[in-house]
Amino acid sequence: MSSTAPVYDIPKKDLDRWFDQRFAEKMAEREATHIPSMTIIATKGTLDMAYPPFILASTAAALGWDVSIFFTFYGLNLLKQDLDLKVSPLGNPAMPMKLPEGPTWIKGREIPMPTSVMTLVPGFESMATGMMKKTMDNKGIARIEQLRELCVEADVKLIACQMTVDLFDYGKEDFIPEIEEWVGAASFLPRAQKADVNLFV
Amino acid sequence: MSETVHTLDARGLNCPLPILRTRKAITALASGDILEVTATDPGSVKDLDSFCSQTGHEMVSSKQVEDGFFFRIRKA
Repeated sequence: MSSTAPVYDIPKKDLDRWFDQRFAEKMAEREATHIPSMTIIATKGTLDMAYPPFILASTAAALGWDVSIFFTFYGLNLLKQDLDLKVSPLGNPAMPMKLPEGPTWIKGREIPMPTSVMTLVPGFESMATGMMKKTMDNKGIARIEQLRELCVEADVKLIACQMTVDLFDYGKEDFIPEIEEWVGAASFLPRAQKADVNLFV
Repeated sequence: MSETVHTLDARGLNCPLPILRTRKAITALASGDILEVTATDPGSVKDLDSFCSQTGHEMVSSKQVEDGFFFRIRKA
């Protein structure tokens, strides 16, 4: 410290009180102007796992947050122009097996079906996917395409993992043009570092 | 000052659509305008409260009605 710095003769008690007050004011000011931010890492490409990132991102954007999603590995499928997402009952014992339609005695009732065995039946996965989509339509749940559009509309930044494209030999023309950038982990992490909320899906 | 009242029918929609539609509708309004939202999603009661406290809009009233829920929100 320079020897020419002014020396104030303020009692420590007063100085402390002044500082506490100023600090509280500054913090409140910061709080009031702070725009919350969230970064999500989407790694899964199934129909069921497509929902959490898009629902959370679109909702956060509606709350006025600044949101980015980094799509990597199978998560990159969620950015394809033509979404053909499936849900697999295999390894998914918590997935309820219920018929979305039919007579009242069976509709909406849990069917005791060992999903791990049934998955071996050809076509079972498509059937389960169809049932899930039908159930979602019946309940007014948005389609993934719709949620994704809402995200784009709300300025959610969609970031794609460059390495995944190279790894799986994807063509960039298969993906939606709204992708903000194609980058690697080193470009995404600084963004995540500054975010208030970080989620890995 | 007479307030302009707008309506939004979010019945039959599920999370997060009622919030997203509300956000979209309210963006187009002038400050002080009222948006009346009807919804059937029970989660929308707490979610719209949270939406208002996060975005600064005022939840004027929120009640259960015959066919769901009815909200009056004043744009900040």
